[in-house]
Parts: sequence; C-alpha cells; structure tokens
Amino acid sequence: MVIRQASAAPAPSQQLDVERVRADFPLLRQTVRGKPLVYLDNAATSQKPQQVVDALQHYYTTENANIHRGVYKLSEESTAAYEGARSKLQRFINAAESREIVFVRGATEAVNLVAHSYGQTALGPGDEILLSQMEHHSNIVPWQLVAEATGAHLRVIPMTDEGELMLEEYDRLLSPQTKLVGVVHVSNSLGTVNPVKRMTELAHDRGIPVLVDGAQAAPHMPIDVQDLDCDFYALSGHKMFGPTGIGVLYGRAELLEAMPPYQGGGEMIRSVCFEKTTYAPLPTKFEAGTPHIAGAVGLGAAVDYLSGLSWEAIYAHEMDLLEYATASLEQIAGLHILGEARNKAAVVSFVLDGIHAHDIGTIVDQEGVAIRTGHHCTQPVMERLGVPATARASFAFYNTREEVDALASAIAKVREVFG
Amino acid sequence: MADLRELYQQIILDHNRSPRNFKQVPDASHSAEGTNPLCGDKISVSVKVAGDVIEDVGFQGSGCAISQASASLMTSAVKGKGVEDAERLFEAFHEMVTGPEGSAADRKALGKLAALAGVRQFPARVKCANLPWHTLHAALTGTGEPVSTE
Repeated sequence: MVIRQASAAPAPSQQLDVERVRADFPLLRQTVRGKPLVYLDNAATSQKPQQVVDALQHYYTTENANIHRGVYKLSEESTAAYEGARSKLQRFINAAESREIVFVRGATEAVNLVAHSYGQTALGPGDEILLSQMEHHSNIVPWQLVAEATGAHLRVIPMTDEGELMLEEYDRLLSPQTKLVGVVHVSNSLGTVNPVKRMTELAHDRGIPVLVDGAQAAPHMPIDVQDLDCDFYALSGHKMFGPTGIGVLYGRAELLEAMPPYQGGGEMIRSVCFEKTTYAPLPTKFEAGTPHIAGAVGLGAAVDYLSGLSWEAIYAHEMDLLEYATASLEQIAGLHILGEARNKAAVVSFVLDGIHAHDIGTIVDQEGVAIRTGHHCTQPVMERLGVPATARASFAFYNTREEVDALASAIAKVREVFG
Repeated sequence: MADLRELYQQIILDHNRSPRNFKQVPDASHSAEGTNPLCGDKISVSVKVAGDVIEDVGFQGSGCAISQASASLMTSAVKGKGVEDAERLFEAFHEMVTGPEGSAADRKALGKLAALAGVRQFPARVKCANLPWHTLHAALTGTGEPVSTE
C-alpha cells in the first residue's frame, strides 16, 4: 500500500498531541467485540470530552434551578451559568452581541425557526428560496413546508460531479424573486467546504439574506459570523463535542428583532393579558419555556475545550488524516471516493463496486469500525451522483492514522466475505 | 467472522449476485412498492395470481445483499404456491428473523429461506430482510399503499 506523506509538517508548537486529546474522551477507550473502537462517524455525532461530562454533572449537582425567575441565590447561579454559556458561544462564532445567540435544540430547530418565523412573514406567492443541491434534509424540508404555506418555490443551486457548487449558476439563480439563500457550510455527505463568504456577498449585492447551516463546520474550523457576514448561522451542539439537544441559531439582531416569535409560552413574554401580549426582547423572545439549561452549560464547556486547542493544529491534523485516508482507500480495488472538492473537510464518502454500503457497514462493524452507511439525509446528493447510498468515514481531531489503517483492513474483510 | 459467515452465506451471496425473478411480471394482477427510508432501499414486487395461486412473481429495485437475496429467495419460494401459503410463509419468516431461535423443524419448513436466519444476530439488518416480504404482503392484500419499514 502506497502511503502519501502529509504535506508540509506543521511547526512543533502547532502539532496536535493526539494521544493527549484522546485521553480526554472516555468513550474512545471502549472495545467492540474485543477490538478497539474505531469511531469514524463524527459527522453524525461527535464524542464528548470529560470536561463536558463534568460540566453537566457539576451543573446538576450544584447549580440546578430554573433561570430568570427565582430571586434566590441558586436561581441566580443557574442564570449566570446559562447566560455565561451564551457569551461563550457569542465569542466562539464572533457574533457582535450576545442577544444574537438563540439557544435551540440543534441546527434542525434553528432552520425551522428561521423558516417559520422569517419565512412566514417574508415569503409570498411566486417568491423563491434558493438552496444548494447538497443541503441536508433539515435545510430542505422546513423550506418545503413554508413554501407550501406561502406559495413560494424552491430553487436549487446545482453542483458538479466533484461535489462543488456551481457559482456561476448560483449567480444566475439570484433574482428579484429570491427572498432567502440557504447553504450548508460543510457538506455532511461529501465534505465539501462551500465558499459561503463569497456566496453571501453575491446575495447581499441583491439585498438577499443568507442562512448558513454550520452544523458540520463548527467541529473543524473557526467560525466568524461577522467575517462571513451571513444573516443566520445554525449550529448543533452534539456535532461539536457538546451535549445532544442543544444548539444555536445566530441571527443578525435587526432581522431577529423584526421576526415574530417561533413558539409561545413562558419566558418569552413581557406581559400577557387575554387582549394583547407583548414579547420579551432578544434573545428571550425565541426561547419559550424552560430551556435546556444544562445543555447550554455543557455546550459552553465544549467551546471552552475547543478554545484550549489550536485550530491550526486541528486543521493540519485533520488534513493529514484526509490525505492519508484518501490515499489508503484509493488503493482498494473497486473503491470509488465520492466528493472531490478542492476545499474539503475530513470526510470520505465511498462506494465499492458490486457491494452495497449497508453490507460494508455491517462487516466493518465486526472489526470495531463505526462508519455511517446510507444516504446521510442528503437524498438529492445521492440522486445527483447516481448512487443509492454511500459508506462514509468522517473524522474528528481525535482520530489517528492507525484508525485509518483499521478502516482499510476492515474494508479488505468486506472483499473477503463477498469473494 | 463466525456471525458474518452465518449472515453472508454462500446462498445469499449467490442470490445477491444473480437474483432470481428480477423482472416486472408482464400481466401482473397485483403489485406494490416498498422502501426503507433509513437506507434508501427500494423494491417493487409484481404478482400474477390466478385463482388462489401465485402463478408468477417478480421483483425489481436496488438494495443491500440481504434485501436483494431475501427478495430473490422469496420469489423462488412463493412461486406456484397458494396465496394463503405465501402469507403463512411470511409469518414464519418474520418469526425466524425477529423471534427466538426456532427448532430444526421450523427451519426445515422454511427451506432455503432458512439461510437468512443469521439476520437475527444483526438487529439493524432485520428490516432489509423483511422489506420484500412486507411489499409482497401489500401487493397480495391489495392495499396498493407503498410500504415503508418505518
């Protein structure tokens, strides 16, 4: 097997100490059927460092109370922990103000919030919502629902065989009817990193707001929403080493101000009487009911953890894994990698001639290797590439070259079984 | 590897490679579509019933080795059988892949279908084996509704 050397080794100060970070993730010590777990399904969900687990435990054992309500000390502490997490997330994505950070259940809810609240008011018959061909179903279906309700239509930014969006087509599709652009920052099924800053610029030239689905970007790269200049940015906590059930919608303050509430309930009001209710200011207007306080605290701990690492080091390590995995898997007869964008995150989607992805998944699992198989909630991508399903190895900074080797030899087993 | 060998037996690999009755029955009296939304597997089953007998049966579609082999073995097993016999076979098959380990007699009654007994050890794959049968059942009962494993 030919092994391509990683290009330009990073300076020692920027080198990621993988063994040290792995030690922070207790789940990675597991064995599966007597073999070390090789967890390569990070695009589905990431594992959690002990620091996040500890933060959850600390919250529940010492700080738990409902927020923004009690006049007692414990409630003040809980509120401080929750709002502290909001500030951490604000800094993490460089939002201008903390009121632009709305806690939601995840990226899916973030998109639904925008589709429902912004879409219902901004869209009418004949209006267009422009989405890319490589969107996750979570950035398609909410728009279909709102299109159905408002008479708007979906238009699609096409992609090339390599899995890159066609920017010229995109430019052509932006029209006076376009009322919103929705685009994924990093494709979950192909790994493509889309030029969202440039795409936002083109949309803004025509006064069109842009929503970026950043669920797959946040675990791999620093996010700066002011630099991207996007209007909405969606995050899922569990994909960025935080707990499940918590995520963030970033929204530009003036847009959020103008949007009606998404859900009604406690917390989100200023005053209620049966004749008229007035709403709380941002971000509370969008956080009806008792939020996932512990989840927010855990997500705060996750971004603290990430802030303690170097993005340059993470990037260098993940690109090494991507190159190494690409080179290793390409050596396997009959294996084809899908998604060959020039700018790609550490995701390798592949098919094997004559063997369905599900069979690959079952067989490599016997070797302790966890990969995702199927359509990855991106059926339009599968349709575009003419495959029913792919197998996908998606990496995080705690993965190693040895794990890539384990994947490659597990795939060799697949060939063995199928003869 | 022991479990894997039991799952991917030679007969299953063979039926996957060269599926039997992979066709649309030209003058079908019954048909139905089935999908597994989890993985995108799709199958269509067409049947020609004369009297109470399945005169011809075929399937088309794409999917993993388990679903393709299951469809192929199923069509071979029910062709020429009475509709009620086919339904009974479906029940027995379903019991084999989801229930506790059956007796040797049970296996014998299932004939070649018993090759799929190994699926029981792989809960995530039971739906793959069952999809063709659910689709056949929908075709025979004539609901005409697409079948989904969810």
